[in-house]
Amino acid sequence: MAHKIYSVSELNKYINQIIKSDEILADLYIKGEISNFYHHNSGHMYFTIKDEKSAVKAVMFKSRNKNLKYDLKDGLEVTAHGSIGVYEPRGQYQFYVDDINPKGKGSLYLAYEQLKEKLEKEGLFAEEEKADIPVIPHKIGVVTSPTGAAIRDILSVVKRRFENVSLLIVPSLVQGDRAASQIVSAIKYLNKKEDIDLIIVSRGGGSIEQLWPFNEEKVARAIFESKIPVISGVGHETDFSISDFVADLRAPTPSAAAELAISNKVDLENKLDNLSNRLEKAAELKIKNRKDKLKSIAEKQVFRRPEKLFSDKIQKLDNLSLKLGWNIKKNFNEAQKKFNLLNSKLDSLSPLKTIKRGYSVLTDENNTTVKSKDEINRGDYIYNILKDGKIKSEVIDKEGENLE
Amino acid sequence: MSKKNEDIEFEKALEELEKIVEKLESGDLSLSESLDNFSDGVELIKYCRNELNKAEKKVETVLKDNEGEFGDIVPFDEEE
Repeated sequence: MAHKIYSVSELNKYINQIIKSDEILADLYIKGEISNFYHHNSGHMYFTIKDEKSAVKAVMFKSRNKNLKYDLKDGLEVTAHGSIGVYEPRGQYQFYVDDINPKGKGSLYLAYEQLKEKLEKEGLFAEEEKADIPVIPHKIGVVTSPTGAAIRDILSVVKRRFENVSLLIVPSLVQGDRAASQIVSAIKYLNKKEDIDLIIVSRGGGSIEQLWPFNEEKVARAIFESKIPVISGVGHETDFSISDFVADLRAPTPSAAAELAISNKVDLENKLDNLSNRLEKAAELKIKNRKDKLKSIAEKQVFRRPEKLFSDKIQKLDNLSLKLGWNIKKNFNEAQKKFNLLNSKLDSLSPLKTIKRGYSVLTDENNTTVKSKDEINRGDYIYNILKDGKIKSEVIDKEGENLE
Repeated sequence: MSKKNEDIEFEKALEELEKIVEKLESGDLSLSESLDNFSDGVELIKYCRNELNKAEKKVETVLKDNEGEFGDIVPFDEEE
C-alpha cells in the first residue's frame, strides 16, 4: 500500500487546521515575560513570550495593537490573550495576540507612567517652560464638554466672583477615542484667535479610562506647544493627568482652574481697594491735621473776636475819659461847694458884720487884735475899730474876770 | 514666556500707587505735596480699576460642524 506523500505546505496546513480546531488553543491566555520585541514598519509587532524554561513566538498585528495605550518592551511581564496558529512558510507555531496587559497595575496606568517618563525626559514638564498666568485675563478659552460638570463649575465660579472676564467655550468631547483629537484641535483653534489670554482644559472627575484623553501624548504636546498659557483642571484633587504636568498651571478641579485663572485679578482688586482706602485715609488725615491746626489758630481770641483786641482798650479809654470828665465835674462842683461854704462861712465870720451891729475890734498900736487884758498894759494906746473908723484911747486901768 | 505689556504697565502703576500711599502715610509731606500726591494717586487708581474691569462679561461658544470644523461664535446657552 502506497503511502500518501505530502508536500511541506500540505503538512503545515494540516497541522494548522488541527491546532485551530482545538478549543483551548483557539482562546488562550498566556503569562510570561516579553523578549526580542520588534515593532515592524508595517505596524505589526513581533516578540517572544517566555518563562524560566520555555519561550513561544508571538505576533500582534497592527489592527490589534493600534489601540494599545502603552509601549510593549522587553522585560515586561504580561498576560496575553489570543490563539495559537502555524506560520506555514516556516512551519512554526506562534501565538497570535489580540490583547495584552501588563502584570499588576493595568495597561492604562503603565501607559501613563511610560508617557510621563518620556515627556519628562524631553523636558515638557520643566519649570522654565511654564508660562506666567496673565495677571488680568480678559478672555479665557475653555476647552471642555459644553454639557459636562466642568463647565458648570467654571461658570459658577466666574459668576460668584463677579469678575469682568469673558469666556469662549470650545466644545470638545472629553472622553472616548475621539476626545484627544478634539481637545487638540480646540487648543489649536484658540491659539489662532488673537483675543484669548488664557486657556483652561478641563473635565470633571471620572475613572482613569474616562480621564484618558488628558493622558494622551498628542494632548500633552498640544498643551506644550500652545502659545497661550494653559491651566489644566482635570478630575478630582487626587487625579494627576499628563495634561496637569505639561500645563503651565495645574488646578486640582475645574472650579479650582477657574479660581486660579482669576485669582491674580482678584488679588489685584483687593490690593487696589486696600491702596485706595489707604490713600483716602492718608489724605483725609493730612487735611484733618491741617484743619485742626487752622481751627485751633482761628479759635484764638484775636481771630475769633478781633474787636475784642481793641474794645478792652476802648472801654478802658471810655471809662477813663468818662471818669475824667466826671471827676473834673465833681472836683469842680466840690470846689464850688467848698467855695460857697467857705464864702458863706467867711461872710458869717467876718467881723464887719459884727461891727455893723455895734461891736468894735480892739487893736494895739501894731494893729494886732487884743483878745485879753493881759496883752496890754496901763498907759498903752489902744484902738477901737468901728464900721466907720477907729477911736484911739489910753488904758487907764484893767479889771474884771474871765468871761469864758 | 514673558508677561503681556499691559500687565507690566498695570503692575508699574500699582507699584507707583503703593509708593504714593506710603509717602502720604508717612506724613512728611507739605500740604501742597500731599494734595499733588493724592491727585496722582486718584489717577492711578482710576487707571488700574479701568484696566481691571475693561473686559466684557460674556460667555460664548463656537459652533462646530459635522466634520469638526469651527464656525461662528454665539452666546453660550447655559441652560442647555
